[in-house]
Amino acid sequence: MILAMLPLLITGATAILVMLSIAIRRQHDLNATLTVIGLNLALFSVPFAHAVGPQLITPLLQMDGHASFFIGLVLFATLACSTLMHAYLKGYNGNREEMYLLLVLSALGAIVLIMSRHLASLFIGLELMSIPVYGLVAYTFRNRRSLEGGIKYLILSAAASAFMLFGMALLYAESGALNFGGLGAQLASAGIISPFALAGFAMILMALAFKLSLAPFHLWTPDVYEGAPAPVGAYLATVSKVAVFAVLLRLFVEVPVAHTGIWVNFLTVLAFLSIALGNLLALNQSNLKRLLGYSSIAHFGYILVAIIAGGALSLEAINMYLLTYVVTTIGAFGVVALTSSPYNGKDADAIFDYRGLFWRRPYLTAVLTVMMLSLAGIPFTAGFIGKFYIAAIGVDAKLWWLLGALVIGSAIGLFYYLRVVVALFMPTPGMRRMEADTFWGVRLGGIMVIAMAVLMFALGVYPEPAIELVQIASVAVFR
Amino acid sequence: MITFDSSILLWLLLIPFAGGLLAWQAERLSPNTPRWIALVTMVAFFGLTVLVWLQGDYHGEALSTAISGSPQWQLEFQRDWIPRFGISFHLALDGLSMLMLLLTGFLGALAVACSWREIENHVGFFYLNLLWNLGGVVGVFLAVDLFLYFFFWEMMLVPMFFLIALWGHKGANGRSRISAATKFFIYTQASGLLLLLAIIGLVLVHAQNTGVLTFSYDDLLGTSMAPAVEMVLMLGFFFAFAVKLPVVPFHSWLPDAHAQAPTAGSVDLAGVLLKTAGYGLLRFGVPLFPNASIEFAPIAMWLGVFGIFYGAILACAQTDIKRLIAYTSVSHMGFVLVGIYSGNMVALQGVVVQMLAHGISAGALFILCGELYERLHTRDLREMGGLWSRMRFLPPIMLFFAAASLGLPGMGNFVGEIMILLGSFKANAVVATVTAGGLILAAIYGLLMMQKAFYGPAKSDHALADLNGREKLIMLSLIITLLWLGLYPQPVFDTSVVSMQNLHFLFTQAALPVQPAL
Repeated sequence: MILAMLPLLITGATAILVMLSIAIRRQHDLNATLTVIGLNLALFSVPFAHAVGPQLITPLLQMDGHASFFIGLVLFATLACSTLMHAYLKGYNGNREEMYLLLVLSALGAIVLIMSRHLASLFIGLELMSIPVYGLVAYTFRNRRSLEGGIKYLILSAAASAFMLFGMALLYAESGALNFGGLGAQLASAGIISPFALAGFAMILMALAFKLSLAPFHLWTPDVYEGAPAPVGAYLATVSKVAVFAVLLRLFVEVPVAHTGIWVNFLTVLAFLSIALGNLLALNQSNLKRLLGYSSIAHFGYILVAIIAGGALSLEAINMYLLTYVVTTIGAFGVVALTSSPYNGKDADAIFDYRGLFWRRPYLTAVLTVMMLSLAGIPFTAGFIGKFYIAAIGVDAKLWWLLGALVIGSAIGLFYYLRVVVALFMPTPGMRRMEADTFWGVRLGGIMVIAMAVLMFALGVYPEPAIELVQIASVAVFR
Repeated sequence: MITFDSSILLWLLLIPFAGGLLAWQAERLSPNTPRWIALVTMVAFFGLTVLVWLQGDYHGEALSTAISGSPQWQLEFQRDWIPRFGISFHLALDGLSMLMLLLTGFLGALAVACSWREIENHVGFFYLNLLWNLGGVVGVFLAVDLFLYFFFWEMMLVPMFFLIALWGHKGANGRSRISAATKFFIYTQASGLLLLLAIIGLVLVHAQNTGVLTFSYDDLLGTSMAPAVEMVLMLGFFFAFAVKLPVVPFHSWLPDAHAQAPTAGSVDLAGVLLKTAGYGLLRFGVPLFPNASIEFAPIAMWLGVFGIFYGAILACAQTDIKRLIAYTSVSHMGFVLVGIYSGNMVALQGVVVQMLAHGISAGALFILCGELYERLHTRDLREMGGLWSRMRFLPPIMLFFAAASLGLPGMGNFVGEIMILLGSFKANAVVATVTAGGLILAAIYGLLMMQKAFYGPAKSDHALADLNGREKLIMLSLIITLLWLGLYPQPVFDTSVVSMQNLHFLFTQAALPVQPAL
């Protein structure tokens, strides 16, 4: 059983180790290295933990294919963010090492969340993941926007957690069980869904939708994305959403009543609103981070289409889309982070800052361009594979209205993605305020970003290995 | 004589991509190296395609075996790609794609040659985009796996977007080239998404019927579908091709894109990119959905007629010479649409010739416009006039191609148009009669363009620089090709007869007869 818990244990050990190391000797490079080594060890232990087979770890947690895939994805994304943080924090005058500590703690919470099969561990994981993120978002607190984003996220997130707890209480009152399996069994055998159960589910879904920034629970997204330092934005956009989605999937699989019947309509409305609002509101943005925030709302709307469709292919489609989404988002935020490195009071987040970037930093621009094209779903990129899966599932399930929304949403998306791409190639205006380091490519962050671009092309041109990987991640239903 | 095996298809696909990458990196050496690399790449590509053409046995003798209706491939290359969905990397070559590849190679080499002096900034990156665009087009013409086809269909637009956005000219009324490029991109991508949905729909219907999930063209031919389903899927395909062809009312991206693209971009766009839509209809749109196509044929033919007249009338009203030629492209492509949906051998053969001839003549006209722009620094017809007296070689050549455009016998356009008219008369006499009126309008806009630009009082007296050796060579090759196509088109007929016979067979096989009058 220890073997199955390895990722969790190693990440926890890393957190403690980094904490002690900061107390003993405050040194940026040392602590960053410790973090990276620890997270790498945890990532490498995932195949070993998976090989042990599906296992219960206390009634709260479960390690199976689904969990190992998502833990691997989360650790991969966290590693990427930590490399970005290293480049970013070089210029920060203040305590730097705590950022890594908060990152590892949050990753620990994400792992707990992914492995959870019990409402209690869902809450524990969610909070353990979110609370360090409050600190991370407001880390550069001297920047007004950063502090504002952090406080906004704190208050709204706390409200969402309160909703979630009340929903959990209602469900417990209704079914007498707190683990997903028991919950599903009890509610299925009850026949009619009582109003308490409906209300309980609605509240839990609303809280999770808040975390996933699905419309109409999305109002925090652009402000928090704008305020957070760029590496934290990357973390927020990838890990925090992927972990919540993983637990949502497990909830849906183990509690089938939660996504059939009336809930299909609820999810459809959520999907429509997310696609519509995400794409339309991004049209007017002149801030790259806000634009990426709105586009992530739209992308999660597309993923919801796969959940609504249901069926055998939908899990594969969702996992594939999340994989391509993570790679693309890290690439895009990575370029923003590298352009803002080292930190000097403000991030390079206005699209105006990127004008003419191609003529100064061609390879960095190439990465951002292909990431934008991948978000738009152009073939040759990973984003197309994800979009193809969603389209295939949608046609199979005959969800014509949602497919129409997908087509129109993608067309609108092209507008703002192209606007960013065009800005990169404009002739340079007179004054340049933001500049990436000349030898950015040599730094670990730069290498990571280039590797993301290569991975993205690989996924787009030859997705077969990724498809096989994703097919391993099937949810094992455990009573 | 080297014989090629099927791996030549992969090489043909890779050559433009590799050449583009080389050209991009070669800019470090000197501004001229990318130009030479790109030229050598495209000439080598064209040479290889000619050799492959000569190797193929295109003499019309394979006619008898073609009656079965299944495609006869000269060469075929297949590798597994995404077995999960039955997607393979499947390239194949038959007469129709052979001719399209020849056109691509020829016009590609000329596009590289004509932009020799025009592009001064970031030459390597320009040729990267140009060659990758051509590579994408080659992929479109060679792919017979529907996923791969869609892949290249969407992918070929990205380099063209950069070509227009970065090296384009300013438009009339201060319209920016960025908006023209964005409009082009969004129109074609959005319609491409509908194509994707239709492809997935077709594959799923086939999977339901046979239990096999496959994206292969050979397997998907002859899928039996409910009539309503077939019509919807056919419309999905048609919509994507209609935006590209272009069919009025989805054509509004074309004049802007053409007017503001650099010369090589316009040549590429008019000569090659528009033909991918015609090819798509001939290869996929009609054969995959024969019953729905026959039902839809009257509507398509009348859309074609509308396009012919709309394009011609608007061409007469233009003051920007490139926009004028862009609208004539809309008009000529209307002939192609009428011909495709006529369904008999004469019309289909005429469509192939018309596509080739229009590619050559429109390409030539755009090259000449580019040369005029280099000398006059304006595309406005109101600023031109009396140019005949100021240059020696350019005006007669332009007269030659304007005559070709209006369908003067002896040139390829005439052969194409007359065959389309003869064929469509048999299918739908009213359409053919009305279409013939379009020829009159073609004469009007052709002569109008010549009159405004070259005749009348000259705006200034001093002579302009005439065509230099490189430009003369480009023009000579275009003239010879067009004359050859017009006077001796038999090789083209021999090459395409088998593919067109397949298409004709599908048309006649479908139960509904074509209504003679509407």
